[in-house]
Amino acid sequence: MLAFIIRRLLQSILVMLAVALVSFGLFRFIGDPIHNMVGQEATAAEREQLRQDLGLNDPVPLQFARFVGNALRGEFGLSYRMARPVTDVIMERLPATLELALISGIGALALGIALGVYTALRRDGWLSQFIMSASLIGVSLPIFLIGILLIYVFAVELQVLPAFGRGETVRIGWWTTGLLTESGLKSLIMPAITLGLYQLTLIMRLVRAEMLEVLRTDYIKFARARGLSDRAVHFGHALKNTLLPVITIAGLQIGSIIAFAIVTETVFQWPGVGLLFITAIQFVDIPVMAAYLVLIALIFVVINLIVDLLYFAVDPRLRVQRSGRGH
Amino acid sequence: MKPPAHNQPAGNTPLLSVRNLRIEFPTRRGTLVAIDDVSFDIARGEVLGMVGESGAGKSLTGAAIIGLLEPPGRIAAGEVLLDGEPIHTLPAERMRKIRGRRISMIFQDPLTSLNPLYTVGRQITETILTHRDIGEAAARKRAIELLAEVGIPAPDQRVDHYPHQFSGGMRQRVVIALALCAEPELIIADEPTTALDVSVQAQIIDLLKRLCRDHHTAVMLVTHDMGVIAEAADRVAVMYAGRLAEIGPVRAVVQQPQHPYTRGLMGSIPVLGADVHRLVQIDGAMPRLNAIPPGCAFNPRCTEAFARCRS
Ligand SMILES: Nc1ncnc2c1ncn2[C@@H]1O[C@H](COP(=O)(O)OP(=O)(O)OP(=O)(O)O)[C@@H](O)[C@H]1O
Ligand SMILES: [Mg+2]
Repeated sequence: MLAFIIRRLLQSILVMLAVALVSFGLFRFIGDPIHNMVGQEATAAEREQLRQDLGLNDPVPLQFARFVGNALRGEFGLSYRMARPVTDVIMERLPATLELALISGIGALALGIALGVYTALRRDGWLSQFIMSASLIGVSLPIFLIGILLIYVFAVELQVLPAFGRGETVRIGWWTTGLLTESGLKSLIMPAITLGLYQLTLIMRLVRAEMLEVLRTDYIKFARARGLSDRAVHFGHALKNTLLPVITIAGLQIGSIIAFAIVTETVFQWPGVGLLFITAIQFVDIPVMAAYLVLIALIFVVINLIVDLLYFAVDPRLRVQRSGRGH
Repeated sequence: MKPPAHNQPAGNTPLLSVRNLRIEFPTRRGTLVAIDDVSFDIARGEVLGMVGESGAGKSLTGAAIIGLLEPPGRIAAGEVLLDGEPIHTLPAERMRKIRGRRISMIFQDPLTSLNPLYTVGRQITETILTHRDIGEAAARKRAIELLAEVGIPAPDQRVDHYPHQFSGGMRQRVVIALALCAEPELIIADEPTTALDVSVQAQIIDLLKRLCRDHHTAVMLVTHDMGVIAEAADRVAVMYAGRLAEIGPVRAVVQQPQHPYTRGLMGSIPVLGADVHRLVQIDGAMPRLNAIPPGCAFNPRCTEAFARCRS
């Protein structure tokens, strides 16, 4: 198991290096960093001086090594647009995105599993049929359309929920949370639904298909033949086996929730890193874009590692050495 | 093809009595009759072998007895009596209490019969606790005893192992322990050795035979292997296309099969040392369920059919 974890860690480092290379490429090849830093009236000599000072004349591998070194210390330079350290800007915005992603992710996971199990167990019930048909809508509607529909109904027509923003926030250390105020919670509802609906339907359909598959297996038939109660068979034996493959997908989904947050944050003007990234693109604010890419990659890599560890926790076939075999 | 009227050993009520069982599958193109008018008894402690080619309806009969027919399959007629009491009409919850406790089942493939995510000990104690009112610790102790009884070495350690840590033969022993853990009166063993190595098959059959004799448990032993029947069964039932072709004591059926199908079946078994050229093959294939001929289902393939067989 240790060997496996070390292997995965090495792989993760490779992935991060690849992403770092891409962000580094952004710096090098999109626009001229000097041009973005100094005013129009700077002389050629001044520019050359700055170029020298910033190390832009060094060999490319050396520059990349320096970039990685800085990134490891969380330094991505100054934002061109805001002239503040990128890390500060991102850290300010991160809580908003993480809260949104976490709430919609947990909601999607919990509801998706519950509905998936329900529709699998009551396969022919009318409610199951209804849920399954309704879920098609969730899969096929584009995210921004759901957001706009929600805004139209609940903010414009009914006027019960705010159309944009995060509401009031409370500061706890460096973290700002919207979960402790009424307006914060109200503001969270529509973005969380918009962001989570697609994942919810996906997880639900996956759980349902997987559960139906598991219910057909011999060990479930044998469990029934031993007289175990439906409850023990469904929730003790079937569910755990169902969730095994779901872990991977769910992990990836939470990753993509953070990535998809860009669209939702734009629709709801949610002050998170996604919105920051969109603005950065508009202003060609390369340091912010580079840092965002690295951050998203890091989140994916960490989630993947957690998924792998969860597998070990749940599946004994990976955990135990095959010592007892061979009788 | 009517089963002989008196196929039950004389004496008091049989443990299991299947009367005129008929199982149907409603489909869009009409109703399929998968089991038609099947009757047989199993006495306490008796081993009834059941043979017949693939699709003859052996597994379906077993599923109907233990109340695990999968919809849309349903018992359309006939009854299943356990100790004289009808059980095919019991409400689900009462039937559940019979499963495992009075009637158990062993499936073909030991590799897939156990939940891979739980230790064998947990699966055994869970089953014991479902049927017995004893404590967790006592159930675990009983689980270890059971593992020892089915011949698993170092059971006090093995109890905490997961299924994938056992070989196929060992897993089938665990499955047998699970089937036996609430001391049922009847075990339906559906091809319990088909998926195993030939070398292990005999051991498993011996084990099953010994345990059932010790506990006075009756067995319905489904198999394709006439050798197993000859070795382990008291009586044998021959199924063909959802009907019972013949039933009787093993020796009688093997030596003087009454039904031409049984004769064909016996003729197709290689006997060690016998002339290989004499191995017989039954021409044709079993009819599909929606095209079963009138009269005896076997008549189109039968070399001895006469007018009465066809009506
Ligand atoms: N869900 C179903 N729908 C329609 N027909 C079915 C269904 N399940 C089983 N059958 C039919 O019932 C018949 C009996 O099947 P069964 O599984 O009992 O055969 P078997 O004697 O156990 O065969 P095998 O030796 O291959 O295990 C088969 O012809 C099969 O096609
Ligand atoms: Mg079968």
